Amino acid sequence: MSAATEELPMARALNAGLRKALGDDPKVLLMGEDIGPLGGVFRITEGLQAEFGTNRVFDTPLAESGIVGTAIGLALRGYRPVCEIQFDGFIFPAFDQITTQLAKMTSRHEGRVQMPVVIRVPYGGHIGAVEHHQESPEAYFAHTPGLRSVSPSTPNDAYWMIQEAISSNDPVLFFEPKSRYWNKGPVDFAASAVPLHASRVVRTGAQVTLVGHGAMVTVLLQAAELAEAEGTSVEVVDLRSLSPIDYAPLVESVQKTGRLVVASEAPGFASLSSEIASTVTERAFYSLEAPVLRVTAFDTPFPPAKLESAYLPDADRVLEAVDRALGY
Amino acid sequence: MAETAPTVQLLSPEGVLQTGATAEQYLPYIEALSDDQLRQFHRDMVITRRFDAEATNLQRQGQLALWPPSQGQEAAQVGSAHAMRPQDHVFPSYREHAVGLIRGIDAVDIVRLMRGVTNGGWNPADHGNFHLYTLVLGSQTLHATGYAMGVGFDGASAKGDPETDEAVVVYFGDGSTSQGDVSEALVYAASFQTPQLFFLQNNQWAISVPVSVQSRTPLYLRADGFGVPSVQVDGNDVLASYAVTRKGLDETRAGGGPRFVEAMTYRIGAHTTSDDPTKYRLNEELQSWIARDPIARYEAWLRSRGEGDGFFAELATEAEDFAADVRKRTLELGAPSADLIFDNVYSEPHPLMAAQKQWLGDYEASFGAGA
Repeated sequence: MSAATEELPMARALNAGLRKALGDDPKVLLMGEDIGPLGGVFRITEGLQAEFGTNRVFDTPLAESGIVGTAIGLALRGYRPVCEIQFDGFIFPAFDQITTQLAKMTSRHEGRVQMPVVIRVPYGGHIGAVEHHQESPEAYFAHTPGLRSVSPSTPNDAYWMIQEAISSNDPVLFFEPKSRYWNKGPVDFAASAVPLHASRVVRTGAQVTLVGHGAMVTVLLQAAELAEAEGTSVEVVDLRSLSPIDYAPLVESVQKTGRLVVASEAPGFASLSSEIASTVTERAFYSLEAPVLRVTAFDTPFPPAKLESAYLPDADRVLEAVDRALGY
Repeated sequence: MAETAPTVQLLSPEGVLQTGATAEQYLPYIEALSDDQLRQFHRDMVITRRFDAEATNLQRQGQLALWPPSQGQEAAQVGSAHAMRPQDHVFPSYREHAVGLIRGIDAVDIVRLMRGVTNGGWNPADHGNFHLYTLVLGSQTLHATGYAMGVGFDGASAKGDPETDEAVVVYFGDGSTSQGDVSEALVYAASFQTPQLFFLQNNQWAISVPVSVQSRTPLYLRADGFGVPSVQVDGNDVLASYAVTRKGLDETRAGGGPRFVEAMTYRIGAHTTSDDPTKYRLNEELQSWIARDPIARYEAWLRSRGEGDGFFAELATEAEDFAADVRKRTLELGAPSADLIFDNVYSEPHPLMAAQKQWLGDYEASFGAGA
């Protein structure tokens, strides 16, 4: 670990990344519900209003369409707004502004304006919360042309990717795996950033490739450990970017292993998992020893939290798919 | 219910300048206008009406996908547009043809949008800060509010100099007032005390639905509930539209917070060329509004103060020439390049755009030359 490396939970890494972005560029603004004195319901923006003032970091009225709609106007004025949506399930009041306006502004203006707007979304389950607080809505946004979507899985990626997202001149949906907010990991403040839209092999193996993003990466690494104990060599790819998807490392991995299991906390029907399965099948068809399998949440609403362990894929369900893939 | 205030009117439907307490607050704004400026109001209304008729005809002849006519709303638009200052930013809905022309866009650029040649049409930065038309109702009210928040953060208003202090105007209609975005925009504008004027053209109909279905209270009174001072004006009176907007804009640019104007007007034509107003409106209502026509009223007033036949005759010729030029240039418009599908979806490189643009090019080329 170098002198510039510190062990931090993802929440503090995000806070540090936002502080760096605010300090580097006076046009960067943070806006959202309860992000000022409270520091956000997850404390991601803690201390930032006190440090940068109420014109840089401010509480908005409780209206999500208003958050994104006014962020568009601020971007037209030359600002780089970073919006916080409090929980995944509360992004939908802003869906119209995101899909019909934010995503289309640059093409509508034939490239004459840019929309450097970041929308931060704490997402996903594993926290035992009430309805609308544990969802994985990434696919709606990945499906919308004009948007970019990313999701870090580690504190180091969170620190660097939030800054890269803010630097992007296109709108970026930044999905934060809230169940990992308080998991620590090394953050290297000196290392040059990995490109925002690169996927990455995080564990090498020979027989099966697992791919996922956000909190699922931890589950996949657990599954890989368990498989290894049983003598199966598993490679794990962290997608990192959901739109666009960096397929090259994934396809290369599948060409080596011949098997792919795609895992996600989102429902599987018409999903990112389906998209990945389809594209990898097209690109690595002659390397595949088994059909690409998907391990996803069920195609139901997110159930009451006491049922979430039966709803969300865990390492055992991933391993069940690994066994099926190996059985072909 | 909040207390109602009298509707501001400076010219009667017969073209007679009004007096009385309400009018007297606003008449100084008119007295400050030169004869040339007063003639320009008329010119802009006449040119816009002729352009609007030409565009409607072009649609009927298959040259445009759609046209949203502005006939009847010229006074609300011309008066408010002339009340702005050059540094102001304007966020229109999609019927503000007169405002766009006054802010300097090319009429054919609106035609290009409605013909299906572009999804935009002009560069706001080069054309009087007149932003693009917005077709999702009310969305632009939030964009305007965010822009005005930025003006505030920049310290670009409330410096005490109306020649440089910036303000923002957003246009929307009576139907849009039912959209959540309009209410959210008013909330944000009030919270951030933005330098901004909401200009509502109440043309009485949202396609086929009368304003009584949108609201059982006069719409300008809604602003009161958000803490935004509001005025109702006779939107078919170009002088009143000018004066109330000028006053409201100068108050907001001076740091007074947002303002709201409801201009009572009427859409003489269809919502767009896709509907038939005879199916939902009574002819008696239409005739009553034609009797309050904004152009006839203003012409009567100009004549009463000595404007001669020559001005009106010359203007009629100019309007014909304007329409003929729009027609000619519309028929000359070519199809856009297929590159437009992919270019500018993102402002930075994107692998899907590159791959799909390449694929389409190769696919088209596979048919060979002359295919």
